[in-house]
Amino acid sequence: MEMCSDPSTLEGLNWWLCYLGTAKHQAFYLSFGTVLLLLALTAPVVMVLGFSGAMARRSGFPPLRWIGQLYTNLVRGVPDIIFFLFVPIAMDQGIEYIRHKIKCPDVTDPIRQGSDFVVCTAAKMPLGNSPQWMHEAYGFSLALIAFAIVFGAFAANTLHGAMNAVPKDQLETGSAFGMSERQVFWRIQVKQMWIYALPGLSNLWMILIKATPLLFLLGVEDIVYWARELGGSKTSRYTYPHPDWRLYYFAFLLVFYLFMTWASEKVLTRITKRLSHGQAISGAET
Amino acid sequence: MNKLIIAATLVAFATTATAQTVRMGTEGAYPPYNFINDNGEVDGFERDLGDMLCEIAGLDCVWVINDWDSIIPNLVSGNYDTIIAGMSITNERDEVIDFTQEYYPPDASAFVGLAGTSNDVKMSGIIAAQTNTIQASYIANSSATLVEFATADETIAAVRNGEADAVLADWGLLSDIVNESGGELAVVGDRVMIGGGVGMGIRESDNDLRDAFNAAIDQMKADGSLNALIAKWFDGLEAGY
Repeated sequence: MEMCSDPSTLEGLNWWLCYLGTAKHQAFYLSFGTVLLLLALTAPVVMVLGFSGAMARRSGFPPLRWIGQLYTNLVRGVPDIIFFLFVPIAMDQGIEYIRHKIKCPDVTDPIRQGSDFVVCTAAKMPLGNSPQWMHEAYGFSLALIAFAIVFGAFAANTLHGAMNAVPKDQLETGSAFGMSERQVFWRIQVKQMWIYALPGLSNLWMILIKATPLLFLLGVEDIVYWARELGGSKTSRYTYPHPDWRLYYFAFLLVFYLFMTWASEKVLTRITKRLSHGQAISGAET
Repeated sequence: MNKLIIAATLVAFATTATAQTVRMGTEGAYPPYNFINDNGEVDGFERDLGDMLCEIAGLDCVWVINDWDSIIPNLVSGNYDTIIAGMSITNERDEVIDFTQEYYPPDASAFVGLAGTSNDVKMSGIIAAQTNTIQASYIANSSATLVEFATADETIAAVRNGEADAVLADWGLLSDIVNESGGELAVVGDRVMIGGGVGMGIRESDNDLRDAFNAAIDQMKADGSLNALIAKWFDGLEAGY
């Protein structure tokens, strides 16, 4: 905007309009999209991982069952913050190691030199000369995978429990009607388990919403990063000097997270109602 | 959308071109050394300096923001190629990474507290400092109690809200803050000299890059442009290179 070209002359409302419209603030507004995108992309992956994990744990084939148990117990047992720090770094270095072996077979220098992790230029991921947005997208993807692995383990446990909670009579009735084991599983057990899984899954969703500030830990510039950066006191080195306003920025985040909780609660209530139809359990609508 | 197309074309060209891209890692929260201006870009003394050094050395440089706390680990694992973030050259850091020659002379650190703070807090008070800085280790080895914060801004806020009696930080950072506080903040006692000059951090395995930047710094010291740049950003400070 033209009036914003000399901020030192601005006052009152105009100052605020210009201040809240700076490129830095726009990055802040966009970062809300980053958080929503993370939620939107992580949730389906978590469900797929959770369902596969639960299936693996029920498997009649022992190695598969062991993998399922190892996955759910190992991931649930390790503190989240360690996992979030370890997985992205390990994945990043793993990918670069493999690319190095494929793309630069002639390089004989060791990859680990002291504390340095050195791969050839062509093996960098993303390449050193890629634009910054590709680096950010890559970091975001690593974060997404880390989130999905952690929350998938919890979902697997929830779904495993929900599958077992379906009354045995229901399954036996299915067999009595001549359904195969596979048919009983898909048509009766999976159809009926959701209502048992929902309380656990809704918890998980709420925790996932709350956990998004961990993105900052993974180097993604999320809403918490920008709130802290914008709210910190600014000297006249900046175009818009101001004292410490972190409180207001964080209050704004509080409103955002409370709104997310409120909206989720609404949606979950509707889903519960829908899934309860015709189910003979407490709380179900007849 | 236009930006995406431009970016995509740039990628296509960049992969065929041979110019090396150097990723410059900085904190973006330490004015006037480095900060993110209201346009969302890296700004400050080190932005100007870095761009000039890259031009002299014929390197194509891009700027990357990283948390101070993890700035060395991320250099070592290759997320960027240099640290240019007001980092003092110390023996401890030199064991993990390499440094170029200094581009900013050893700077005195100052204790800053609310106006009227007694000199005793330096010995027995609670002193705020940024994590992993020379100032933090200085306090840790003194008789005062250290409270650490992730950013410089938070150390100042801790003094303002009474959580700490004083903050110990580079005078280059503090001078603006004290001058613009309207008498709220004041320097406590004498300044202390800790640590050496400020240099660029480079991976130990990256000798070519270090030599290229050393040569560029040599040139800027010789032609006086480094002195001019320091005077511009630090209230006419005379570096005397």
